[in-house]
Amino acid sequence: MTFLNAIIGHIGGTVLLLGRSLKHVGTLPGQSRRVIEQCYIIGFTSLPIVTILTFFIGSVLALQSGYSMENFGAKQFIGTLVGLSMVRELGPVMVAILIAGRVGSAIAAELASMKVFQEVDALETMNIPAERILVLPRLAAILVMMPPLALIGIICGWYGGALVSEYTHSISVDNAAYFAALKAYMKNRDVIDGLLKAEVFGFVIVLVCCYIGLSTRGGPREIGASVTKAVVTSLILILVLDYFVTKALL
Amino acid sequence: MSTPSASAFTATPFVGKTFGVTVKGLTKQFGRATVLHDINLEVRPGEIFCLMGPSGSGKSVLLKHIAGLERATSGEVRIGEHDAGDPDTRDKVHLALVFQAGALFNSLSVYDNLALYPREHRLCSEAGIRERVMNALSILSLEKAVKKYPSELSGGMKKRVAIARALVMEPQLLLYDEPTSELDPVMSATISEIIATLREQTAVTSIVVTHDRSLALSIADRIGIIMDGRIRALGVPDDFRQPADPAIANFLSPVIDLKNPRFKQLENSHE
Ligand SMILES: Nc1ncnc2c1ncn2[C@@H]1O[C@H](COP(=O)(O)OP(=O)(O)O)[C@@H](O)[C@H]1O
Ligand SMILES: [Mg+2]
Repeated sequence: MTFLNAIIGHIGGTVLLLGRSLKHVGTLPGQSRRVIEQCYIIGFTSLPIVTILTFFIGSVLALQSGYSMENFGAKQFIGTLVGLSMVRELGPVMVAILIAGRVGSAIAAELASMKVFQEVDALETMNIPAERILVLPRLAAILVMMPPLALIGIICGWYGGALVSEYTHSISVDNAAYFAALKAYMKNRDVIDGLLKAEVFGFVIVLVCCYIGLSTRGGPREIGASVTKAVVTSLILILVLDYFVTKALL
Repeated sequence: MSTPSASAFTATPFVGKTFGVTVKGLTKQFGRATVLHDINLEVRPGEIFCLMGPSGSGKSVLLKHIAGLERATSGEVRIGEHDAGDPDTRDKVHLALVFQAGALFNSLSVYDNLALYPREHRLCSEAGIRERVMNALSILSLEKAVKKYPSELSGGMKKRVAIARALVMEPQLLLYDEPTSELDPVMSATISEIIATLREQTAVTSIVVTHDRSLALSIADRIGIIMDGRIRALGVPDDFRQPADPAIANFLSPVIDLKNPRFKQLENSHE
């Protein structure tokens, strides 16, 4: 009961934080420097790990499905399978998980330490809302960066699959056949759905991590606790939201 | 190049009014612990009020109530006629709080720490901001630190940057939490002079939490002593030169007694 109350309280707190941040949306053009800086931190520095991870996810996917599809003589559809899985599911989810681990944790740590060392209090006495300069630019940056990150992730996954399909002996589907199969069943709608999903995940991760960071009470030890809480909550939310967003989009 | 001097300070006299602070029956509990007991206090507009008391007696908590950072369990705190706990009060009263640990923005350089307030509130052009910032920095002889980051500063420098950041805000109510702790005697005297000069020039109401006896006795209009979350004494500096209350005398001028040391007395009192 108290657990349920706490969860409802946190959801309410997160929604309130969002509302208070959106109130300042008009200040965004004046904060373009902060948004660009956050785009760099959130997006650009995540690129290498996103490309490496999704490339290997695509490769493994091709390897596994090549092995099982062989039994049905359906090897030629491997491009279709890897293509759709990456674009509709694995691309957005894997990139979101990376963002939770890399960006969510960093946001929670930074805001929690600002809270603990009274920087947030100082902003409050200066009549500068923390939501305006700390939360809003991060939300804007993730909205800008999430679609390109997810798209790059998806494409790397496709190429990972293509490479494995061509050069694995038991599969041996060449690039042209792979991408032909991939394109044959891919609709624009699939790509848009995938990117939309990534956008939802990214936005929720950043919002929740900002909320958890700013809710930190106590001393330096609580900073660590907040980071853990932020990452775990983000991961759970990604997987739960994944179900509902997928259902809504299908 | 620059010797710290309070007379170098040229504040834009604040147009508008200055505010008194009224604390009525303020009680604050954290969980079960009562940190402030029924505090009653009146700080008059334009006055320098020094609040002294042992560590842990609730000085910082009281200051946070005035700054609207804590909510009273019961009682009220007013700045002029405004409720200190009401977020709208910040639009009506410009207050600055010099935090005990500085509370500088760690990701910003010293310059940007000072420039944040005028920038965010669009008070003047970038050139005007630069002038204000450099002026505040020179008062505290911090010109060399302008490009540094808070993590590169000593404790005393952080404190001076925090004071400079408050000066840039040109406040109507200025709260200092131990502004001279961690500073050497000369810098402490400079800070005392700055607090007094600033009040002289801008009539800013100043509440100074301090352990610094010479600061309090030389610049305060009135002094309050807080012990265990209760106001123990209120008066003008002359009342505290030879205090009659032994607890206050012991606090203001403790005598080091090696024959009967305090820590031994503490041990005995637990038995
Ligand atoms: N946020 C808080 N939660 C619980 N206890 C607190 C909190 N802030 C201060 N206290 C307690 O209140 C008392 C007074 O603290 P403080 O005002 O910081 O003392 P000081 O007079 O040294 O500034 C201390 O016993 C401290 O432990
Ligand atoms: Mg204190």
